[in-house]
Amino acid sequence: MFDALTDKLQGVFSGLKGRGKLTESDIDKAMRAIRLSLLEADVSLPVVKQLTTAIKERATGDEVMSSITPDQQVVKIVNEELTRLMGGTNVSLAMSPNPPTVILMAGLQGSGKTTHTAKLARMLAAEGRAPIMVACDVRRPAAMEQLAVLGDQIDVPVHREDGATDPVKVAKDGIAAAKRTGRDVVLVDTAGRLSIDAEMMDELVAIRDAVKPTSVILVVDAMTGQTAVDVAVAFQDAVQFDGVILSKLDGDARGGAALSVRAVTGKPILFVGTGEKVDALEAFHPDRMASRILGMGDVLSLIEKAQQNVDADDAKRIEEKMRGGSLTLDDFLDQLRQVRKMGPIGQLMGMIPGLGQQSKMKDVEIDERRIDRVEAIISSMTLPERARPDIINGSRRRRIAEGSGTTVQEVNQLLAQFKQMQKLMKRMGKGGLPSMLGA
Amino acid sequence: MTDGPAEGALGAFAELFGLAAPEPEDARPEPSRRGLFRRLRESIASSQSQAISPQLAGIYQAKMVTDDLWDDLEEALIMADCGMAATTDIVDALREQAAEGRITSGASLGTALTAEITRRLAPEAPRIALGDGPTVILVVGVNGSGKTTTIGKLANRLTELGQKVVIGAGDTFRAAAVEQLSVWADRAGVDIVKQGQGADPGAVAFDAVAAGQARGADVVIIDTAGRLQTQHNLMEELRKVHGVTGKAMAGAPHHVLLVIDSTTGQNGLSQAQLFSEAVPVSGLVLTKFDGVARGGIVLAIERELGIPVTLMGVGEGIDDLQPFDARAFAEAIFSPASGAGA
Repeated sequence: MFDALTDKLQGVFSGLKGRGKLTESDIDKAMRAIRLSLLEADVSLPVVKQLTTAIKERATGDEVMSSITPDQQVVKIVNEELTRLMGGTNVSLAMSPNPPTVILMAGLQGSGKTTHTAKLARMLAAEGRAPIMVACDVRRPAAMEQLAVLGDQIDVPVHREDGATDPVKVAKDGIAAAKRTGRDVVLVDTAGRLSIDAEMMDELVAIRDAVKPTSVILVVDAMTGQTAVDVAVAFQDAVQFDGVILSKLDGDARGGAALSVRAVTGKPILFVGTGEKVDALEAFHPDRMASRILGMGDVLSLIEKAQQNVDADDAKRIEEKMRGGSLTLDDFLDQLRQVRKMGPIGQLMGMIPGLGQQSKMKDVEIDERRIDRVEAIISSMTLPERARPDIINGSRRRRIAEGSGTTVQEVNQLLAQFKQMQKLMKRMGKGGLPSMLGA
Repeated sequence: MTDGPAEGALGAFAELFGLAAPEPEDARPEPSRRGLFRRLRESIASSQSQAISPQLAGIYQAKMVTDDLWDDLEEALIMADCGMAATTDIVDALREQAAEGRITSGASLGTALTAEITRRLAPEAPRIALGDGPTVILVVGVNGSGKTTTIGKLANRLTELGQKVVIGAGDTFRAAAVEQLSVWADRAGVDIVKQGQGADPGAVAFDAVAAGQARGADVVIIDTAGRLQTQHNLMEELRKVHGVTGKAMAGAPHHVLLVIDSTTGQNGLSQAQLFSEAVPVSGLVLTKFDGVARGGIVLAIERELGIPVTLMGVGEGIDDLQPFDARAFAEAIFSPASGAGA
């Protein structure tokens, strides 16, 4: 359903091979494909219109018209336009020359303000600053409690006033507490609001006027749809935020909201939230976001993940074994586990261009269970069996099947596949095996 | 239906759960269901930004059916987050009616649009039927969708209808989630079964069902931690919680409600798909519907998966959770803002 833009454009341009020249109507078809792709990624319609106009202008220029691969040229243009719109120079969080720096967190209910207040505090603390968090969400039950628990987890103090009803007072007290205790960054968590709730917007404005923040940060859920524009405009009109944190980007949302918010307010996206853990906060990369919005996968993030999780020496050792054809089942199990450490296979596949989209998820689910069984089978073998699979005779096979809760057929299948793999590797050994993990 | 007598919100809940309507003297004065949506429409009209309004105004003002009109319609549906596939379906259906001469102006298109959306979303009145033993309701959804708040409001309504409710605090992951639910349980005056943060959510679910049975509860509502649908391990955990609930009581959970935030875009479809693969989702709860967030994703979900919307949260007050009313929903998102066209 969510085919990558590349596929769509290939469809549009495939009939042109040999004809040589693009016509106006070819370009129009391509524009429709781009429009659809952006809308499916939740880029707001007004922004889509604005973008397609800019893209069309460039696409009718020489660089596409005279290209032998117009589809790739158009994708390149789209990618560039998206990257340009979202990025430019890398923006960092402004710090006040007269501490404490005050950061006010704002956003809709459920966007992840409280969690990201803590993530940001943790990041600042890791950079050697001395943050304090102020719990000004006096509305949601236990919101102050939540911030306090998170504060304990990351070892950052929290200013809270149990039973408080006036967030402005809490915010002011929080700044005073920061000055008193020598903290240099104050992060003010506020209540979430519905964008049309004027009363709550007024409350936010009152807090802002009271604490005069160095920066106001808007937390936007990556799963937000067309509403992103309305939300951004509402907060922009009310409090003039300075930057955005895009939350929940660890899911499969394509995150067109990032583009919408940036396009209508001009405010930069500073960080992205990539998980529930307090350290899951990363810098924003416009180029990767552009690829993601276009459904083109996120190979760079995949490589980063591999680098984080795979031990380089290990990979090298395995590669040598593979070349020599002496890979054992134990090594194989090791590799399997290394890959799995990076996350569910489905999520990894999602980062590969053209692979990761919805329709494929079901097959991936099945694969995951098969890998479970492979792990179980190898784990049920003795060490000598893993080193020399040739010794695994019929009775051993029955024992392994029983031990792993599988069938003899499945054990046979795995052993046959492994044998084939070994043969293949021996043959490829001299030619050099392209090894992604050895990189 | 639209012009029927104002119906008490509590009465609508009684209908949703298949319970006897509350005695009039028991029902405290509260806004009627129609009144609630009227309020909603007013809030749409007064909202600061109305990106969708030009399209809607264009539709209702058109004297004739033109290509521009169809473009406006398509854009209005897309901007309500209906998604391209559902949008195309709806536009095609209405074009067919126009070809048959049944739509001749923008106004008649508007009427047909509301009818078409109502028809799609309300094939039959959705029910959360209550059985003999405790009826167990499992509430699932992504982070921040509004599960805990929904449970609080639902427990409150059921209590008002004379039902004995037990809540299971199954979100053992998020900091202070148990405390948040406890506050709601206090407000609604219902029992809550809880363990500490980090406890096994399956164990909490099992205990909640067991407690519900032991205490003669009518309804057991189990909260779960928010999880993104792509988090494999957490979805497996959810599957397990569902299974454990069935071990505590045969046939449980009887209903699985997936909570979806109205601001959600096309990812809502992925949420519905992947949650449905893990647990049998029987109904949707559309939260934070405020007129700016239009929740059109439920049309895409209905189209792909046929899961009905059972409840809708239209605000922050304890009375702002309502049984879903397809017609009121269609009118609220696709009527021109007052003053824009008339």
